[in-house]
Amino acid sequence: MNIQLHDASKEFGSFRALDRLSLQVPSGELTALLGPSGCGKTTLLRVIAGLEFLDRGSLLLDGRDATRTPVQERQIGFVFQHYALFGHLSVFENIAFGLRIKPRSQRLPEPEIRARVLELLAMVQLEHVAQRHPAQLSGGQRQRIAFARALAPRPRLLLLDEPFGALDARVRQDLRQWLRQMHALVPVTTLFVTHDQAEAVDVADRVVVMKQGRVEQSGTMEELLANPVSPFVADFMGGVQLFHGRLENGYVRIGEVRVQAEIPRGNRESAGVGVICIRSHDWRVQRLPGGEESWQTVVRHARPQGAIVRLGLESLQGAGRFDVELTREQYEQDRFQPGETVFAQPSQARVFASGGP
Amino acid sequence: MSGVVEIVPIAGMGGVAVGKAAPLREEGEQPRHSLSDATLSSLPVARRAPNRGSPIPLTLGITLLYLGLVVLLPLSMTVAWSLRLDGEQLRQVILSPRVLAAFEVSFGAALVAATVNGVFGFMTAWVLVRYDFPGKRLLDALVDLPFALPTAVAGLTLAALYAQSGWIGAVLIGWGIPVAYTPTGIVVALTFIGLPFVVRTVQPVLMAVDAELEEAAAILGANRWQTFVRVTLPTVLPALLTGVTMALARGLGEYGSVIFIAGNRPFVSEIVPLLIVTKLEQYDVAGATALAMLTLALSFALLLIINLMQAWARRNLPR
Repeated sequence: MNIQLHDASKEFGSFRALDRLSLQVPSGELTALLGPSGCGKTTLLRVIAGLEFLDRGSLLLDGRDATRTPVQERQIGFVFQHYALFGHLSVFENIAFGLRIKPRSQRLPEPEIRARVLELLAMVQLEHVAQRHPAQLSGGQRQRIAFARALAPRPRLLLLDEPFGALDARVRQDLRQWLRQMHALVPVTTLFVTHDQAEAVDVADRVVVMKQGRVEQSGTMEELLANPVSPFVADFMGGVQLFHGRLENGYVRIGEVRVQAEIPRGNRESAGVGVICIRSHDWRVQRLPGGEESWQTVVRHARPQGAIVRLGLESLQGAGRFDVELTREQYEQDRFQPGETVFAQPSQARVFASGGP
Repeated sequence: MSGVVEIVPIAGMGGVAVGKAAPLREEGEQPRHSLSDATLSSLPVARRAPNRGSPIPLTLGITLLYLGLVVLLPLSMTVAWSLRLDGEQLRQVILSPRVLAAFEVSFGAALVAATVNGVFGFMTAWVLVRYDFPGKRLLDALVDLPFALPTAVAGLTLAALYAQSGWIGAVLIGWGIPVAYTPTGIVVALTFIGLPFVVRTVQPVLMAVDAELEEAAAILGANRWQTFVRVTLPTVLPALLTGVTMALARGLGEYGSVIFIAGNRPFVSEIVPLLIVTKLEQYDVAGATALAMLTLALSFALLLIINLMQAWARRNLPR
C-alpha cells in the first residue's frame, strides 16, 4: 500500500506536531521514520493508522482518500512500543483476536483461524508459548507476538512505533535482523518509527528524516548519506562531525584552519556563516604538515573499535575537538600516541550555508 | 578536494555491522519480569526477599495480634454465646419461618443491590475516568457521600423521598410501584450505601488501563462495543468483582439506613440485623447470637465463593 500525505497538519493545543507535511511512501518497502523525540514521527504514524485525525491536509492510502476513514476499516497492522498485548488472553488468542473480531460473514472458519495462528507462531518461532499469557513472556518474545498479532488479519500496511525501544541492546540487535528477514518473507509495506539512526540504517530500505513536524529529507539510505540536504540530516544520519565556520570565497574558515569546499548551489554568497560537515572516516592523518589545509592537532586518545580505531583529536588552531576513524591498517602504520601532535586533512567536506537548504 | 560527496559504505556507524544473522535467542524460558513493564507492580509481596531475621517478623506479629483482638475475639464471642443453646433450641430459632423469611429478604436485597451497583457503579467509574465535563470533581466527591453520611440520616432521607407522599415515592406509586416499606425500599437503601465501594475499587484500575490496549483492539478491527467487552471489561473484571463483594458484604450487615425505609413487616420487609436487635431487646441474647452466627456463616460462605471467582478471574486474566 502506498501512502501519500499532502499539507498535513495536526496540533495538540499549541503544539504543532505535524506542520504542513507532505510525504510519499512507496509500496512494498521497509521505510524508517527517523527523527529526534518531539519531531512528530509518532503522530504521523498514528495519523496513518487512524488513531489521530488531521486538522488540515489529506491522507491517501493506495490513491484513495483516507483522511477520515475509521481506524477499523483501514486494514493496517500496528505494533506498539510497549507491545499492548491483551493480558487476559493467551498468546494464541492474542494473535487470533483480529481474525475472531470480524463480522460472521467475513470471518474465517475456526480450523482456518487455528491454522493461520499456528502459521504465524511458527513464523515468529514461538509455537511453544501458544498457551501462555503475555505476562509470562520476555520482552523480545512479547514484541514478536505483537508482530504476529498485527500480521494475522493480513494488513496492507504495517506500522511499527519504536518497536524495539523497550528492549535491551542485545535483543534489539537480534530483532532488527529478524525484522529484515520477516520483511523479506512477508513483503508488506512497512513503516517504522525510530529515533535511532543505527536502527534505521540497519533495517530500512528508505528513510524519512523528520524535524519539527516536517519532512526534512526522504530517500534511500545511500541518498541520505551521500547527499544530506542539511546539517541536521547529516548529523542525524551519523558518522559526521559538524564545524561552524565562515564562508570566504570558496573557502570555509574554522578557527585558523581553512578548508576548500564547494558552496552549495542557491547559496552563492561569497561570505557568510556556514556549517561544514566532514565524515569521521574522511580524514588523512599524518605526522608531517600536509599543506595549507591540514589541521594541526593533538591526539587525546586512540580507541580500537572492531575493525576501526577512533582517534580523538583536538585542534591547536581553534577548531575544537573531533573524532577521526582510521581503519586498523592505517592505524597500525603510524600508531599515534596520546599527546602527540599530528596533522589531519579532510579528504571530503560538505558545506551548508546557515539558513541554507 | 570538493564538496561533491561520493557514495560510501556505511562503515563504523556505531558498530552497526556487528550483528550476525544468528537465530533468535530465547531470552530465558522462565517468565522474566522486566522492570519496564507493569508486571512488577502486580507481583505478590512474597516474591521480595524474605525476612531472614526472626521466625515471625515484627509486622506479621503485630498484624496477627491486631486481627485477633479486633476481629477474631468478637467473632469467637458470638460463637461462644450461641453455643449456650443446645441443638434443638438452635434449630427452632433458625428454622422459624420468620427468621427464614428475614434471611431471604436480607440476602436477596443485598444481592440485587450489589448487582445494580456493579452495573451503575462501573458506569459511574467509567464516566469519571473517561470523560471531562463541568462539575466532574463535584460528582467525584459526591460518590463518597454514602460513606460519610450517618446511615440513619441516609435512611430517614430515603424514607422521606420514597414514602407515598415523598417526591419520588408519589410518582412511583402513581405507576403502581410502592417502594417505601417494601423489599424494593431495602434494595434502594442498600444501593445507596454500596455505590462507593464499586466506584472506588473500579476507578483506579480503569484509570490504569493502557489506552494502547483499546487502540490495538480498534486497529485489529474491533468496534467500540467489541473493544469494551473483549478488552476493557476483562481487564477491569477482578476489581469490579472486589467492589461488588464489598458492596454485598456491606449490604448484608446494613441496619441504620434500612430500618427507616423498610417498614420492617415480618415475612415481608424485615431484615436479619433488625431481627437480631429485636431479640436483644427481648433479652434473648442466645437467640440473637444464634442468628448472628448463621449470618456470619452465610456471609462467609458467600464471600468465599466470590473470592474463588476472583481467584479464577485473576488466574485467567493475569495482567
